[in-house]
Amino acid sequence: MPAIRMIERLGGLAIDWLLALGNFVLFLGSAALYAVLPPYKVRLTIRQIRIIGAESLFLILLIGGFTGMVLGLQGYNTLRRFGSEGALGTVVALVLVRELGPVLAALMVAARAGSAMAAELGSMQATEQVDALTVMAINPIQYLVSPRLLAGVISLPLLTSIFDVVGILGGYVIGVELMGAPGSSYMNGIAQNLTGHDVMSGVCKALVFGLIVMWTCCYKGYHAERMATGVSEATTEAVVLSSVLILAWDYFLTSVLL
Amino acid sequence: MDSAENRKGAAIEVRDLCRSFGRQRVLDGVDLDCPRAQITTIVGPSGCGKTVLLKHINLLLRPDSGRIMVDGTDVTRLGGRALDGVREKFGMLFQANALFDSMSVFENVAFPLVEKTRLSRGEIADRVHETLGAVGLQGMERKYPSELSGGMQKRAALARALVRRPRILMLDEPTTGLDPARTGSIHALVRSTQERFGLSVVMVSHDVPAVFEISDRVAFMHQGKIRLYGRPEEVRGAGDEVFDRFLAGRASGDESELSAAG
Repeated sequence: MPAIRMIERLGGLAIDWLLALGNFVLFLGSAALYAVLPPYKVRLTIRQIRIIGAESLFLILLIGGFTGMVLGLQGYNTLRRFGSEGALGTVVALVLVRELGPVLAALMVAARAGSAMAAELGSMQATEQVDALTVMAINPIQYLVSPRLLAGVISLPLLTSIFDVVGILGGYVIGVELMGAPGSSYMNGIAQNLTGHDVMSGVCKALVFGLIVMWTCCYKGYHAERMATGVSEATTEAVVLSSVLILAWDYFLTSVLL
Repeated sequence: MDSAENRKGAAIEVRDLCRSFGRQRVLDGVDLDCPRAQITTIVGPSGCGKTVLLKHINLLLRPDSGRIMVDGTDVTRLGGRALDGVREKFGMLFQANALFDSMSVFENVAFPLVEKTRLSRGEIADRVHETLGAVGLQGMERKYPSELSGGMQKRAALARALVRRPRILMLDEPTTGLDPARTGSIHALVRSTQERFGLSVVMVSHDVPAVFEISDRVAFMHQGKIRLYGRPEEVRGAGDEVFDRFLAGRASGDESELSAAG
């Protein structure tokens, strides 16, 4: 009965997939729960904010600056065709604040801090350090995952804001100083057209992306197979899956927040 | 099994424990008594389920069926605070040591006290120094695990397992990767620690026959079951074909014969 065999296998795959999805969601649930339950891991959280946030700062400045500069260049050349160089500031700011800031900052954090996190948790799992915590009656989710989750949610909106500001300045340098767009309308345009709603939607995205990156990367690292290849696989999967989830949720969030 | 005598004073009793991973039945009805204040050693070929059994005893894994009793209390289904309470009785030395790389020896050993007790800094420092002394690691407080030799890492990990003064100590292959001289000194340390703190020790080891010298009880595990159990000399003299082949295979460094026959 090959047909039944095939249905059986398909069903098995579907069940495995659903179980994995369920575990993924439960993982977030317990990490979030332990983040609000005492004992609070304040020092660990601050340490993670340093790793995820402060140590990503230089990268964010660099990427933010270049993104703003290319937006200034492209924006100026496009807008000039319609004779509306004066709108350059508005365009650069809206694109950065609503879209590119949160997405690119999140991708950078996933690549830099997320991958390191997955590798760290994976090798802790491989060398039984996670089991050691459990045996000492210390909840490893509360000790390892919750502080990282919190740190991600706190750090990413801040990094995104810095990304946006640096990007807007980069756009100014290229669009106004180099290409010659009117400087006063660049800044005035931003002041008049960038609404609180735009900023809020950018911050919302950054919050959600911070959660997604830490959730995915911690999950993948925490569930790495207990060997060297398991750690490297987990790291790759963590970055790929968090990147995909960031872009997919970006679409979803944009359609809700627009 | 001389059960009447043992069961009375057993620190750990395992009854008909079963656990499968996928289709593989790793534990297939394990019964085991670990008497109080003695060293019980579980030996057997690789992949026979020794480590899995140990991880069930210290409640890192949950069985499909069967029971585990610690000091006569069934702990198999415990959770939450009750489980934490049982865990306080256990100290565990992991095969890979499981020292935290980012912490010094002092911080590693102090960690369980810092996290789980209300002792003052001075009390913690005293306790850590005392415990490090007991395992022969005085003066190594500031080193990091990566700066220690394999044997010293074992000692540091043992100190961390002992620092909360557990009643039951579990050792997962404590001599893996050590040369014969270091193996001997770790064995001596296990014995002296057991006597000093009056611990009930459950150890998984592949170091036969050397480990027999320090063991009070030996359990030979084969294909997910305890095949032989008793005092070391009883187990060796049982005339069990599989065990004799295991012993001969270990001595010649060859296990393939046994797994092929298994």
